[in-house]
Amino acid sequence: MHLLGLYIHIPFCKRKCNYCDFLSVNADEDVKKAYVEALVQEISNWKDKYRYGNREYSVKTIYIGGGTPSVLIPCCIQNILGAVEDEFNLDLNAMPDIEVTVEVNPGTVDKDKLKIYREAGINRLSIGLQSVNDNELKLLGRIHGFDDFLRTYEAARQCGFDNINADVMTAIPGQTMSSLKHTLDVVCALKPEHISAYSLILEEGTPFYEKYPDKECLFSEDEEREMYWYTVSFLKEHGYNRYEISNFSRKGFESRHNTSYWRRTEYIGFGAGASSFINGIRYKNTSDIGKYTDYPVSDKYFDEYIRLDEQDMIEEFMLLGLRMSEGVSEYEFMEQFGIELSRMYGEEIGKLLEEGLISKEAGKIYLTDKGIDYGNYVFSRFLK
Amino acid sequence: MSTIDRSKIRNFCIIAHIDHGKSTLADRIIESTGLLTSREMQAQVLDNMDLERERGITIKSQAVRTVYKAKNGEEYIFNLIDTPGHVDFNYEVSRSLAACDGAILVVDAAQGIEAQTLANVYLALDHDLDVFPVINKIDLPSAEPDRVVNEIEDVIGIEAQDAPRISAKNGIGIDEVLEKIVDKIPAPLGDPDKPLKALIFDSLYDSYKGAIAFVRLVDGKVSKGTPIRMMATGATAEVVEVGYFGAGQFIPCDELSAGMVGYITASIKNVRDTAVGDTITNSAVPCDEALPGYKKVLSMVYCGMYPADGAKYPDLRDALEKLQLNDASLNYEPETSIALGFGFRCGFLGLLHLEVVQERLEREYNLDLVTTAPGVIYKVHKLNGELIELTNPSNLPDPAEIDYMEEPIVNAEIMVTKDFVGPIMELCQERRGRYISMEYMEETRALLKYELPLNEIIYDFFDALKSRSRGYASFDYEMKGYEKADLVKLDILINREEVDALSFIVHADSAYERGRRMCERLKEEIPRHLFEIPIQAAIGSKIIARETVKAMRKDVLAKCYGGDITRKKKLLEKQKEGKKRMRQIGNVEIPQKAFMSVLKLDEDK
Repeated sequence: MHLLGLYIHIPFCKRKCNYCDFLSVNADEDVKKAYVEALVQEISNWKDKYRYGNREYSVKTIYIGGGTPSVLIPCCIQNILGAVEDEFNLDLNAMPDIEVTVEVNPGTVDKDKLKIYREAGINRLSIGLQSVNDNELKLLGRIHGFDDFLRTYEAARQCGFDNINADVMTAIPGQTMSSLKHTLDVVCALKPEHISAYSLILEEGTPFYEKYPDKECLFSEDEEREMYWYTVSFLKEHGYNRYEISNFSRKGFESRHNTSYWRRTEYIGFGAGASSFINGIRYKNTSDIGKYTDYPVSDKYFDEYIRLDEQDMIEEFMLLGLRMSEGVSEYEFMEQFGIELSRMYGEEIGKLLEEGLISKEAGKIYLTDKGIDYGNYVFSRFLK
Repeated sequence: MSTIDRSKIRNFCIIAHIDHGKSTLADRIIESTGLLTSREMQAQVLDNMDLERERGITIKSQAVRTVYKAKNGEEYIFNLIDTPGHVDFNYEVSRSLAACDGAILVVDAAQGIEAQTLANVYLALDHDLDVFPVINKIDLPSAEPDRVVNEIEDVIGIEAQDAPRISAKNGIGIDEVLEKIVDKIPAPLGDPDKPLKALIFDSLYDSYKGAIAFVRLVDGKVSKGTPIRMMATGATAEVVEVGYFGAGQFIPCDELSAGMVGYITASIKNVRDTAVGDTITNSAVPCDEALPGYKKVLSMVYCGMYPADGAKYPDLRDALEKLQLNDASLNYEPETSIALGFGFRCGFLGLLHLEVVQERLEREYNLDLVTTAPGVIYKVHKLNGELIELTNPSNLPDPAEIDYMEEPIVNAEIMVTKDFVGPIMELCQERRGRYISMEYMEETRALLKYELPLNEIIYDFFDALKSRSRGYASFDYEMKGYEKADLVKLDILINREEVDALSFIVHADSAYERGRRMCERLKEEIPRHLFEIPIQAAIGSKIIARETVKAMRKDVLAKCYGGDITRKKKLLEKQKEGKKRMRQIGNVEIPQKAFMSVLKLDEDK
């Protein structure tokens, strides 16, 4: 039995944020409707199309991301999850072990919509907050204010959602150490189960990239690191454990879906631009929403199709695994690749230990605080 | 073939300043005489190395034979010998000229006479060649053929009123040039019945035929089986094949005789045995004396060449060996650098030659190279009377043992329009030039003569000259000799470790300035590390300049989810790939280009 995660991409937003480089557009209801129909078609044909031998799969997590999935009318989500249940023989309401997350943005859901989500089997919400300071939200190009978040959050609790993530961002325009502290104060007081805290990166093709040319970050490296480490220690004091470079949660509320990416369990991405990893292959659906809508089942329009070799897998194992606070396990490495980690990477590990970038404890290797600052340097050491 | 009438042979070359259209005219002559159809013509037939076509320069001499039916009804054999156009290859130019009886001087109708025009004309006149001028590029809007004609007469003193006015590019006036070749270039002299006497004006190595000598027969004849001897090197062999030059190919024939131009192969393994300038004779019936002018080509510029990947050392050695087969003026010997490992100290005719060799190694042999600062040969006189010819700064003896040092000086001629005389004189002054004279060739242009230390011009003098004259200055030089100079060795320390590959010799007066700029440049080139890196310039134990590469504070991807994995991994791989192209010195990784780019310091200004 192979564990499987499902990712479903909804590439629609009311307005694209200034920093966003995800596949997302503002579209008419017709376009959205046709897209959802295509999604349902792709999901319903999955087993027929991609029968990887006679492998049996057991779905463990489902994640509906975007874009803003909550801009869809509620029955769309019902249809999508219905198709998933049919194709993978699930009954989500009867299977609370399956983590089912949907991303929502403040102001795009009300109690009615949230109730329908709940009934459809969704048991985790990820809310894009980013900041509690309205001037910062405005500079980011967000469509909501902090009060919208509060309303959404309260409504979610009232509808029974007991596993909620709030996204916050550091190193954003207009931010100061005190405004960051304010955001963290307010968010922690609301006690969400999970907090994702990202440093803003200026990605190519975004309005910010045009506005701040030749920059990767709006702040100096020292300032950015100060914000990051302040966030880490603040959240720790408030009971949030950092389990990945940018992810924090109360005990037992780690995002199982995201963790599966770092653990390299298999997943299938449905929808335009969605990525899959299955049977040693990484592939990505076309990012052309129109083309996807017309040919959702075709495999002719992959943006990417890569068959991993042993070395690729080993490298991924290291650089994904080291993102997690618990790090990579020598035992699992042996288990998966049939060779001892120390035989494969003894020299690299020795040097990184010496440089104070990693630590080793109880058969596990993980990044030190310094190692987190220079993560790319550490990761690239494990590349051929 | 053996009954060729010598009076119907024309051996000639085309001389010109760079970019005045020499190779284009050569192409037109070949095309018009029907050797190739225009469909077969690849632009610039004679420049057959990729590098030559790309850079628009001729590196190796080439020759081609065509047949021209003149207006008088007679057929003439044209042997066109193309010459390298750069001062680095002057020796090869002069040998090529020695193989000719006349020369076509191509002058750009817009630019007029330039420094290399003069240098080449003087070389041709020295070889007693009959020179006739051609005014090229008359189709340019800025063309002033009348002015250029007068300039040629005034400055060079050769008849130019009836010079063909042509556009080689557009095929205008080519017929007139062909007729002029028949009229103005003399038929070769020489006696086929005397003992063999042939000048080697070029040679190349072919993996099937061995060394191929390009020859001009002065007296006698040669055919398959002739026992030959190279008079300077003493090498002997038996001729396997003789022939002449088609376009890009060798066409065997029965015999070559006095006055003819062609090639000889004699299963000679080493191209050094067919040294340019040497005389070939019949070893059974030798001629009484060799042709004058043979000299061993001396390297003027040296640098260290190292494989970027140390494991490629044997590949580099093989590549140099092969390259040398075709380029006898390339010298190399193994050396070791603490910073760069095993490599070679290589000697070149000049900086262009160095760049050409470097590019050929990288392209044709697919090698990634680290090249150290080019330097000249210094003469180090030690107190104990010993004389060292220093090609590698690292071998400089302890200053306490040195009596004095000498550096090579060149005579430089710079031609420049009036408006830029000031900036160019300033440049020569900065480069420790000694002013000799200035004459106005006409109202708007001056010829500046300077003595300049060679080490001041090998790096970036040419670039500086161009940028300070907006491209209007041209430049030529020849070796003058050695002079005493106050020289010091400048060392560079990175993270407190001396990097031997970055050391160089410099005049004491410019040491501070160079040291400072060198540190600044290295600061730009060296990426930030996890720790702070001091960069220092030192003379002996005295630090004269310092810069610091600040420590990197952060290098981490904030997020990596399912859709990011392949992209982010590629990013990391790229980062890693970049690192591979760096040299590890102590704890510091230095990009390879840092070793070379630090020399182009004038651009900073």
